[in-house]
Amino acid sequence: MDLSAINPVLLIASLMVSATPILLAAIGETVVEKAGVLNLGVEGMMITGAVIGFAVAINSGSPPLGFICAAVAGAALSLSFGFLTQVLLANQVATGLGLTLVGLGLSALIGKPYEGMKSPTLPALDIPGLSDIPVLGPIVFSHDPMVYVSLALVFAVWAVLKYSRAGLILRGVGENHDAAHALGYKVIRIRLLAIMFGGACAGLGGAYLSLVRVPQWTEGMTAGAGWIALAIVVFGSWKPLRVLIGAYLFGGVTVLQLNLQAAGVAIPVEYLSMSPYLITIAVLVFISARGAQAAPASLGRIFHASS
Amino acid sequence: MTIKSILTGAVAAAGLASAAFAADVKVGFVYVGPVGDGGWTYEHEQGRLAVEKHFGDKVETIFQESVPEGADSERVMTQMALSGADLIFTTSFGYMDPTNNVAAKFPNVKFEHATGYKRLHPNVSTYSARFYEGRAVQGHIAGKMTKTNKIGYIASFPIPEVIRGINSAYIHAKKANPNIEFNIVWAYTWFDPAKEADAATALIEQGADVILQHTDSTAPQAAAEKAGNVITFGQASDMPEYGPMPRVSSIIDDWAPYYIARTQAVLDGSWASMDTWDGIGPGMVKIGEISNAVPADVKADALALRDSIASGAYSPFTGPLNKQDGSAWLAAGETADDGTLAGMGFYVEGLTGDIPN
Repeated sequence: MDLSAINPVLLIASLMVSATPILLAAIGETVVEKAGVLNLGVEGMMITGAVIGFAVAINSGSPPLGFICAAVAGAALSLSFGFLTQVLLANQVATGLGLTLVGLGLSALIGKPYEGMKSPTLPALDIPGLSDIPVLGPIVFSHDPMVYVSLALVFAVWAVLKYSRAGLILRGVGENHDAAHALGYKVIRIRLLAIMFGGACAGLGGAYLSLVRVPQWTEGMTAGAGWIALAIVVFGSWKPLRVLIGAYLFGGVTVLQLNLQAAGVAIPVEYLSMSPYLITIAVLVFISARGAQAAPASLGRIFHASS
Repeated sequence: MTIKSILTGAVAAAGLASAAFAADVKVGFVYVGPVGDGGWTYEHEQGRLAVEKHFGDKVETIFQESVPEGADSERVMTQMALSGADLIFTTSFGYMDPTNNVAAKFPNVKFEHATGYKRLHPNVSTYSARFYEGRAVQGHIAGKMTKTNKIGYIASFPIPEVIRGINSAYIHAKKANPNIEFNIVWAYTWFDPAKEADAATALIEQGADVILQHTDSTAPQAAAEKAGNVITFGQASDMPEYGPMPRVSSIIDDWAPYYIARTQAVLDGSWASMDTWDGIGPGMVKIGEISNAVPADVKADALALRDSIASGAYSPFTGPLNKQDGSAWLAAGETADDGTLAGMGFYVEGLTGDIPN
């Protein structure tokens, strides 16, 4: 066993990279669920974002453009979910699962020509002076821009939900859509916007996988990250800052267990491998035991103005 | 589009459909990952395409990708058997029990399970390749090329096939360079690009400058390329897009001749339950081109090692070799028998850490 081989600074830096895709998807889904919609299609939107972002970045040579198009693609796909569930009043669970299947299939089709190709990736920030500060430099100042974007998004969502009128309306729609409707708010329009925001965030998360974290396109490459993001939303009891903690905790334990294994720590590998999931479940149990779940009251319920 | 062209299309489609129905043999393939993984499943898919090309209209093939190991795979195999498949290849270790379970229910359907060892019914065959022969060549190059003397190994599941690979690579890396050490990470997945990339990154951050992988995607190659100055080897498939650096060579699985031979056996009615375990010699395992990032003398040694394995003059498991706990395993000059290799559940002396159960 050689724990000295693990560099805590590099560890924290790589856990931030590892957590960013699920953080992006989870913060988007938080907004969707806060508006009272359960979209289980996160995985499908993520992988669509991954393939679109990758394809655009290759063809244009510009990763930022890839990210933008990934967000647009995720939002467009989520809009189909929005149309089905909000306008045609389809069941949200079934439609969301369908969206995942569509996303996986569509991305495999679009991605065929891009297998084995290499894309330009986002360069990490290298701020002379700041990035060279010991400890703080590698952790805070030497990431690619998307890590900062994801953090900024979390704080923006937190501030908007908590302090702005728009956030209040969004939460109102999610808690009681009939009351919100009676007050004259456009429930369906607000929910569609929330769904599109969620789709855009999931698309960004997917593109982060294919453009920065892995970086390549491989069919099925999200491998369940969207489902983890859904769990993180519950884990964070629909609060943006807790979602951030949840995503970093999950990313952190994942990276830590791989590092512990590589360093040859004498803990049985089975336990190390299970640990990200075990800890997520343990915290979930802990939170629900405290009764602080705070799920939006109208979550997953179908709204029709006549009812 | 005119009515005429639509009609022509319809006739052609009807012709295709009848041709499909007329196929003598229907062959099914069950894959653990997507056909576009660039590694393990990709090579099986190449084998399937080779069968289609070789037999033309006589054989129809079907496949299902990304089938989880376990109960789900049983459902997929049953579905294939019910839809009229005569021969079903199940291409991952975890399909072993499901394959035998389904084979019991469909005695007239032939089953071929890759990398397993259970043939409980007369309609089950097993086949695998001696990947460990390729691992020996990899280990040699890795030992010669490493500067930090740390070699990272991304393992998938603790099954004999994976353990054989680790042992073989370690033995030959150690021979090439007595100072090396192996850092092994168990990913507990065959295919999860993000996790594979994280595992590679963790190993590289701890000083490994050679990454060997026994997982199916090209993600570790991408992670190594990002880190720079790290070498890797293509796994199951050539992965040439990552050459000449980081990918300096590869192990390529070539299933096509086997799939064609077994399909032919079903056509002839000569199919019988058997176990096939072929290596570099018969061509089931190939060593991908060694790139120019490898010094010429190392390359020459590696090729000589490959040829001596192919000719049967040398076995990668030749004594004197001890087990990890120091107990004697093979005496000087003695070679391991296939039975021990097939069920290998121990590390050789020098490797650190425990094999998970």
